[in-house]
Amino acid sequence: MTIIDPTDAVPAPRSGDDQKTGPLLEVRDLHVEFQTREGVVRAVNGVNYSVNSGETLAVLGESGSGKSVTAQAIMGILDMPPARIPQGEIRFYGQDMLTMSADERRKLRGARIAMIFQDALSALNPVLSVGFQLGEMFRVHQGLSRKEAKAKAIELMDRVKIPAAAARVNDYPHQFSGGMRQRIMIAMALALEPDLIIADEPTTALDVTVQAQVMDLLAELQREYRMGLILITHDLGVVADVADKIAVMYAGRIVETAPVHELYKRPAHPYTRGLLDSIPRLDQKGQDLYAIKGLPPNLLKVPSGCAFNPRCEKAQDICRTELPPLVPVTERDGAELPGRASACHFWKETIHG
Amino acid sequence: MGRYVLRRLLQMIPVFVGATLLIFLMVNVMGDPIAGLCGERQCDPATAAQLRRDFGLDQPVWQQYLTYMGNVFTGDFGTAFNGQPVTELMATAFPVTIRLTVVAILFEIVIGITLGVLTGLRRGRPVDTTVLILTLVVISVPTFVTGLLLQLLLGVEWGWIKPSVSPAADFGELIVPGLVLASVSLAYVTRLTRTTLAENRRSDYVRTAIAKGLPRRRVVGRHLLRNSLIPVVTFIGADIGALMGGAIVTERIFNIHGVGYQLYQGILRQNTQTVVGFVTVLVLVFLVANLLVDLLYAVLDPRIRYA
Repeated sequence: MTIIDPTDAVPAPRSGDDQKTGPLLEVRDLHVEFQTREGVVRAVNGVNYSVNSGETLAVLGESGSGKSVTAQAIMGILDMPPARIPQGEIRFYGQDMLTMSADERRKLRGARIAMIFQDALSALNPVLSVGFQLGEMFRVHQGLSRKEAKAKAIELMDRVKIPAAAARVNDYPHQFSGGMRQRIMIAMALALEPDLIIADEPTTALDVTVQAQVMDLLAELQREYRMGLILITHDLGVVADVADKIAVMYAGRIVETAPVHELYKRPAHPYTRGLLDSIPRLDQKGQDLYAIKGLPPNLLKVPSGCAFNPRCEKAQDICRTELPPLVPVTERDGAELPGRASACHFWKETIHG
Repeated sequence: MGRYVLRRLLQMIPVFVGATLLIFLMVNVMGDPIAGLCGERQCDPATAAQLRRDFGLDQPVWQQYLTYMGNVFTGDFGTAFNGQPVTELMATAFPVTIRLTVVAILFEIVIGITLGVLTGLRRGRPVDTTVLILTLVVISVPTFVTGLLLQLLLGVEWGWIKPSVSPAADFGELIVPGLVLASVSLAYVTRLTRTTLAENRRSDYVRTAIAKGLPRRRVVGRHLLRNSLIPVVTFIGADIGALMGGAIVTERIFNIHGVGYQLYQGILRQNTQTVVGFVTVLVLVFLVANLLVDLLYAVLDPRIRYA
């Protein structure tokens, strides 16, 4: 990571009429369910998290844990129906976005909250030039002319370090390499300098060397614009470098939150411990790699009590009957650990034992 | 791109020769062309021989074909047995059929695509189901039934249109025949548009477009339709040739003196020159329309590049 020069010009927090103190984004008790032929799938069951300006929150979890659905609910791009948000609040600068009109939300999308998708090849329109797709942001949200928009698009492509931007602005997505395409996705999200960016597994489709470049770029731009960033991933390696805090999700709930380094040092939930133990390590060469037994639960039939209990080595009777709430985690002597919480009946044993 | 066009044009030559030769042979084995010339009576052998010589029918078939093709390339499609040059018949017939085709294509584009978009965006709703059933009915009922039914109802019973089109055949008169001609393709265009739209609606780039905060109109118009209409445009393009040659039934019902009518008359009267001439031109129309569609495809979808 590059060292931040304190004299670096940090852009002043953006002023706006709707700007209030408090976190940039706050998700409160969010529930999302999908009506399907087989029944109601409860994909998100009471998620709480918040992000401040300039902060990076990593949301970690397996496929089907509800991390992407939460992000799509924040963006307001869930297909409703079949999706439904029966309860919860998503506050952006203190204002609940779920009660806004469709048009108000549309104006926030892209301009104030932007999203980076996983697979840039399918997420970019194959029949429109990248210049058009980038410029569209300016034309729609700021009413710029076609020509001005194209100039801005070239600027953006330069910004995300695409070589020969002016020459490539009229190229189509399939003419770029995977890393360059992802840069274009990032450029598109950055176009209007949003307050919050949600990156949904931005590097999963890339090879490892390009992954590092793209993450560095994202981190650099985030610092420069002091944006809030929600990084959705299942890659613990990526998280350690860029995140400030982590929320671990399982079966539509947050099971643990913690500042990034504390989580790695002392996980307070058996699931998190399992995830950390399954990272390949050089000093365990030749041994079997640890894996969490079993599969993520079927969201149509989430196990009673703690959803993780069938896979948990420490599960007791209480875990099968009682749903553990997300409670603050403290030191052995009761000293507070700010930002830490765990949804395990036996968090004490897990963190201190 | 230039090389591709050249290659395609060269490929047209064998297709063209093969198609015309087949037509030529088929018409020749159909029967004795002279027999039809003397009306009901048997021709007097001397007259028949004279006519045969005059028309070059005493020469071997391959020679007839070569002579014919040589003439075609100098713009001479021969003379029909009533003495009228075939080119003259074409000059009156093709404009009529082209007008009819234009009307039909417009119906396909306007109604077909509109219905397709409407149903594609409202899949599973009552509008969708209703239109889907209607298209099924249109596809399964033969053209002559829809044609005759419309003619009977609109033309005879209610008197909204003239049941028979005048020789001038202007656009106004061709609206109902155009609709009849377009009906089946129109139903296909509707279904094709509906399917591709519904499929692309769930695609990632549409989700991106929504996430960019674009208004719904722009998401649908710029991003969704632009992609979904590629197969529809190709279908309509390929349909131009089919409509021009396939209007025989419609032109018969509404008494339109276009290509289909002339072909019908030509076949009925064993009029080799007319049939082969018209079919030759239709083969050309098909080939050119197909080439244009393939080129259009590359324009619409930048991922396709012809080298």
